[in-house]
Amino acid sequence: MKFGILVNEGPYTHEASDTAYQFVKAALAKGHEIYRVFFYHDGVNNGTRLTVPPQDERNVVKRWSDLAAQHKLDLVVCIAAAQRRGLMDAAEAKRNGKDADNIAPGFRISGLGQLIEAGIQADRLVVFGG
Amino acid sequence: MGNVLHTVNKSPFDHRALETCLKFARQGSAVLLIEDGVYAAARDTAVSKQVQEALKSVSIYALKPDVEARGMQNRVMDGVRLVDYGGFVDLVAEHNAVQSWL
Amino acid sequence: MTQETQVRVSKKFLYVNRKAPYGTIYALESLEVVLIGAAFEQDVSLAFVGDGVYQLTKGQDTKGLEMKNFSPTFRALEDYDVTKLYVEKEALEARGLLEADLVVPVEVVSAQRMAEIMEAQDVILSF
Repeated sequence: MKFGILVNEGPYTHEASDTAYQFVKAALAKGHEIYRVFFYHDGVNNGTRLTVPPQDERNVVKRWSDLAAQHKLDLVVCIAAAQRRGLMDAAEAKRNGKDADNIAPGFRISGLGQLIEAGIQADRLVVFGG
Repeated sequence: MGNVLHTVNKSPFDHRALETCLKFARQGSAVLLIEDGVYAAARDTAVSKQVQEALKSVSIYALKPDVEARGMQNRVMDGVRLVDYGGFVDLVAEHNAVQSWL
Repeated sequence: MTQETQVRVSKKFLYVNRKAPYGTIYALESLEVVLIGAAFEQDVSLAFVGDGVYQLTKGQDTKGLEMKNFSPTFRALEDYDVTKLYVEKEALEARGLLEADLVVPVEVVSAQRMAEIMEAQDVILSF
């Protein structure tokens, strides 16, 4: 079965991203397909490579990046929500005249249409929030 | 018959998500308590009667890792079934749609 | 892939709005999803439950907050063919509101009817 995932909260403050991650891992382990993980609202903050949590703590961002690399996951950060919250890839930084970008490996920035498309193409869409 | 899986991730003592969820969960549908929502699974609380009443018409599950993280494993009331993340995945697959009461 | 060869999949999308506006951004960003989603020609419904009904009240004036008052946008939804707006009766009553207090025509429904509407969906986006 194909799952679409929506993550509406950022790392650490809420458990939402942790629950979504564990759900995705379990779904993959059962042989399901993850069509896309879409990050919206403060969820876009899961995609910054500049987080440096204490070494004895889980690294929420890196965990998503590693899982994406391992399973070719499509991790999509909403562009409108990302722009409000200062999450950029190199192209966006250039386009907006910013001096840095911060998107983590495995994530890409795209529009809300990607969420709707995930709803259409996936067999189930599961929302994780605060 | 209910074909929706409802998830609740808020403590029933501080939020109305569970109450609202139970109002909209139709006969035969399933409710999965996750994150702080698992506190609703405990027996002998101010909401346990409401949960027991709901168990007559809907199936109620609680996410085991969240139950254990909160030290609630010995307090879960009869009738509430514990599932791991794989069980969560199965519940989603078995239902037509998921409504998350955030 | 060209438009002609694309398989058209129409699904029933329900947006469940349970948050009041302004105190958090969920209501505004949820509406942004609805507006973008309208271009995909799916079967769209909006549900307003609990504090979500506050998104639709007349008389919102956000000048003092320096935030955008997005309540007029609900009136534009009709132009996007988004016409199925369901409001929970009990939520209105509990908040001392009448249908006439809302910025758009809606269908006020019982909890039971709302539950049936939820059961009929393929995709439920909750904010």
